[in-house]
Amino acid sequence: MEALDDFLRSHAQEDLLPWSVQVEAANRFGLTYGEIEEAALGMDILPVRYLRNRQTINTVQQLHLFRSKVAVIGCGGLGGYAVEEMARLGIGHIKVIDPDVFEEHNMNRQVLSSPGVLGKPKVEAAAQRVMEINPAVTVVPVKKAFTTGNGIELLQGINIVLDALDTIPTRLELAEICKKLNIPLVHGSIAGWYGQAAVQFPGEDILGKIYSRYKEKKGIETELGIPSFTPAVVASIQVAEVCKILLNEGKPLRQRMLSINLLDMEIVEIQL
Amino acid sequence: MKVTVKLFAALRKGRFDMETREYSPGTKISQVIDELNIPKDQVSIIFVNNRHAEPERQLDDGDVVAFFPPIGGG
Repeated sequence: MEALDDFLRSHAQEDLLPWSVQVEAANRFGLTYGEIEEAALGMDILPVRYLRNRQTINTVQQLHLFRSKVAVIGCGGLGGYAVEEMARLGIGHIKVIDPDVFEEHNMNRQVLSSPGVLGKPKVEAAAQRVMEINPAVTVVPVKKAFTTGNGIELLQGINIVLDALDTIPTRLELAEICKKLNIPLVHGSIAGWYGQAAVQFPGEDILGKIYSRYKEKKGIETELGIPSFTPAVVASIQVAEVCKILLNEGKPLRQRMLSINLLDMEIVEIQL
Repeated sequence: MKVTVKLFAALRKGRFDMETREYSPGTKISQVIDELNIPKDQVSIIFVNNRHAEPERQLDDGDVVAFFPPIGGG
């Protein structure tokens, strides 16, 4: 679209796109903020909101993130932080899957919960939050439980999956579906002061190894609960892994799991 | 024989982080778990000398065994 290209080029401040110009372009050309963002990034013009990403994630990579589709399965402690961080990072398409509504006892740790959203679907709060912080990002909220039955359909077209579930059998089902679809799966789980993270790449059976001896529904979180900081730490590690895998940078948590102990402030690596 | 036992996460509570302990030859991993009063459903991952192991495995002198509890919350 030549007119749009000209508009962006003439209104950009050097190679940066201020939000006000992004809004004006969307209105003028009848396009979404996301469409404007993709066009700008394609012209090597970076929305100013990503300026502090730039020394870490260049504009070409930012476009790649924008065109990526990530599914977040579970929108509680881990999922809430993951959605927030991925939207700020500039991942363009986030599908969030969770059947639950917010309850009062979620508010100690679930970043999307507040008195105003009690009783409301978690996935809708996620979509609302992303609309507020980065309206260029598309969120697809799915208020359903992830199952073996609907999993293949739900993950069609997804590049990478973030496991933010809270039951072990469903995590294993998710890992099976990701294996079938050849989608990388970034696992994270938490209990009390403790957490773990690992990545299952296509062809691997990492979750099967992590939970090989354990098929109960829940782990030690039923005894320990979950405080505010543990989901933030583990979700951040998961989002870093998502970013690295999408950009094919660095060394992912491949065939190794981080075991995180915030009480003794100790992180150990386990070879899987 | 001497076996070094490493405990992770909440398994340390009321026990220890790491100890080298004396066991009779032929002791199985499951016997170590029992001796430490760890409920069976609180051990999810077992490593012996940094490799996956099953509870029925017999330990050797000098082995390092590590126990991790199941963590499943989100």
